[in-house]
Amino acid sequence: MKYKSQKVAYWFFALSLLLLVLQIVYGFVMGFARAGFDPLHEFIPFNTARAVHTNLLVVWLLSGFMGAAYYIIPEEAQRELVHVKLAYVQLISLAVVGVIAVIGFHFNIWEGRKFLEIPRGLDYLVVVNVLLFLYLILVTLFKGKRQTTTALVLSMGLLFAALLYLPGMIPFDSQVLDSFFRWWVVHLWVEGVWELIMGGILSFLLIKLTGVDREVIEKWLYVIVGLTFLSGVLGTGHHYYYIGVNKIWLIVGGIFSALEPLAFLAMALFAVNMYRKGEKKHPNKLALYWTLGASIVSFVGAGLLGFAHTLPQTNLYTHGTLVTAMHGHLAFWGAYAMIVFAIISYSLPNLTGRKLYDGVRGRMAFWVSNIGMIGMTVAFGVAGVAQVYLERILPEKGIEMSFMEVQNEIQVHFVILLLCATMFTVGITAFVIDFVKHGRPTDEAIEK
Amino acid sequence: MLSKKQARNFFLGGTLVTFLVFIGLTIFSLSSANDQTNEENLTAEVVRGKELWEKNNCMGCHSLLGEGAYYAPELTKVLDRRGAGYVKAALMSPVPWQPSGRKMVAYNMSDQEANDMVAFFEWIGEIDLNGFERIVSPLAKRKAANN
Repeated sequence: MKYKSQKVAYWFFALSLLLLVLQIVYGFVMGFARAGFDPLHEFIPFNTARAVHTNLLVVWLLSGFMGAAYYIIPEEAQRELVHVKLAYVQLISLAVVGVIAVIGFHFNIWEGRKFLEIPRGLDYLVVVNVLLFLYLILVTLFKGKRQTTTALVLSMGLLFAALLYLPGMIPFDSQVLDSFFRWWVVHLWVEGVWELIMGGILSFLLIKLTGVDREVIEKWLYVIVGLTFLSGVLGTGHHYYYIGVNKIWLIVGGIFSALEPLAFLAMALFAVNMYRKGEKKHPNKLALYWTLGASIVSFVGAGLLGFAHTLPQTNLYTHGTLVTAMHGHLAFWGAYAMIVFAIISYSLPNLTGRKLYDGVRGRMAFWVSNIGMIGMTVAFGVAGVAQVYLERILPEKGIEMSFMEVQNEIQVHFVILLLCATMFTVGITAFVIDFVKHGRPTDEAIEK
Repeated sequence: MLSKKQARNFFLGGTLVTFLVFIGLTIFSLSSANDQTNEENLTAEVVRGKELWEKNNCMGCHSLLGEGAYYAPELTKVLDRRGAGYVKAALMSPVPWQPSGRKMVAYNMSDQEANDMVAFFEWIGEIDLNGFERIVSPLAKRKAANN
C-alpha cells in the first residue's frame, strides 16, 4: 500500500465476500429444490432464491470491482483518493441498497426481468451510488500525476458499465423490446465492458507480479479489449436469435459471438506469457495463482463453453435449458469472481501488513473451490444436455416427454451438483478464513 | 511489430465501427416493416398481463421465449398445450399449484387478472420466433396439429 486512502478497498472486499457467502446460501436453496427438497417454499420460493442468487452475484462483483478501483487508481494516479469519507458513504449506501433489494425480493417487491430484478425506484438509488463512485475515481485519476493506460481502461470499463445500466430502465409494453434492451445491459456488461474492468485489473496485477515492462503489458491490453469489443458488441446478436426479432441476428450474432472466445484466448495467452517473460518473482504466490487462474478459467468457462452453444444451429435446441446455467457458472467464476479474488489476494497483505503470501489454506482455497466449480459445471452440463435430448430432440423421433417428466429424469444430477457445491463452499470458506486472518488494514502497512 | 499507439487505434477504431453497425442493425430490426410480434395486437389486456408477469417474477421459475429459469415449464406455447382454462386455474388457485412435484407460488389471482395473463400468453404464442416455435414446445405442436 502506498496511500492511506487505499484502505477503503478493504471494506469493499469485505462486503464483497459477505455477499458472496449469502449468494452461495441461496444457491443451495435452489439446488435442493431442483433435487426435490423444497421445505422453504413458503418463505423462499424458487423465484425469490433465484433473484437473490443472481442479484447478489452482480452486487458482490461490483463491490469487488469498486474495491479494486479504490486500490488501483490511487497507486496508478500517484495521489490520495479525493474525499475518502464520501467513499465510505458510497460503500454504506451500496450495502443498504443491496440489502433493501434482497429483503424486497422476499415480499414480491421486484421486477421479473432476469438479472435486473431490482425495482425501478431502487434503480435510481443505484444510479446515484454509481455516479458518486465514478466521481471519486475519475477526479482522483485526472487530478493525479499520471493517467496510465491500465487506469484509463479500468475507469472506462466502470464508466460504460454505469451508462449501460440505463437502457434497462426504459419501460416497454412489448416483452420482445423489453428483452431486447435488457440484453443491452446484461450482455454488454458481461461480454463487453466488464471485460475492460477485468483487463484493467489483470494488467495491474501482471505489472506488479511479473515485473514485465508496463508499456509491453499495456500494449497487449489494448489488443485484448479491442478484440473483446470487436466480437462482443455484435455478439449481442446471440441473444436475439429466437426472441422475435429479425433473422439478420442469426448471421451477425452467429459470426461475431463465435469470435468471442478469441478475446479470452488472447487474455489467457497474454497472462501466461507475461508470467513466463517476467524476471521478477513476486513472493505473493496466491495472487499469482488467482491471476493466472482467472485468465485460464475464463477462457474455458466464458470462451469455450460459451462457444459450445452460441451457434444458431445449436442454440435452437439449447436456448432456455440448463445448458445456459452450465456456461453461466464457469464463465462468471473464471472471468469475474477469480479476478476479484486475485486483486483481494494481492492487495490484502499490502493493506494489512501481514504477509500471508503462501500457505496450505490459501492453496486449498484455490484448488478446492476451482475443482468444486468445475464439478458443478459438469453436473449442469450433463443435466442440460440430457434435457435438450429428452425434451426437444426425442419428439422429432416420435417420443414425447413433458417438461416436468424430463426434470424428474435429470433430478439425480442435482444431487451431484450439491456435492460439488459443498466442495466449492469449503474452498470459499478457506478463502474467507484467510481474509479474516489477515486482520484489519492499517496505516503502518504503508510502504516507505 | 505493433506499437502501443497502433494497438490503441485498433481498440478505439474497432469499437466505434462495431458499435455503429450494432446501432444500425438495431434500428433495422426494430423498424415496423420487420415486426415479427404483431405489435398491432398489443392490447391493454396484453400489457396488463405483461405487468403481472413482471410483478410476480414469473421468469424466476418459468421461461418465456426461451428466457427464464427453467425450473418450471416453458410458457411460450402454453395455451396450445394446456388451454386457457388450465392456465387460469393455476393462476387463480389459493393453494400452491403442484401438479407434478414442484410447487408454484399460490397467486390467488382475480378472474380479470387471469384473463389478462391469458391475453398476454395469446400474444406471445403468435410471435414469429425464427423457427424456435417448432422446438420450444413439441407437445404444443402436436396438440395444435390435432385440433
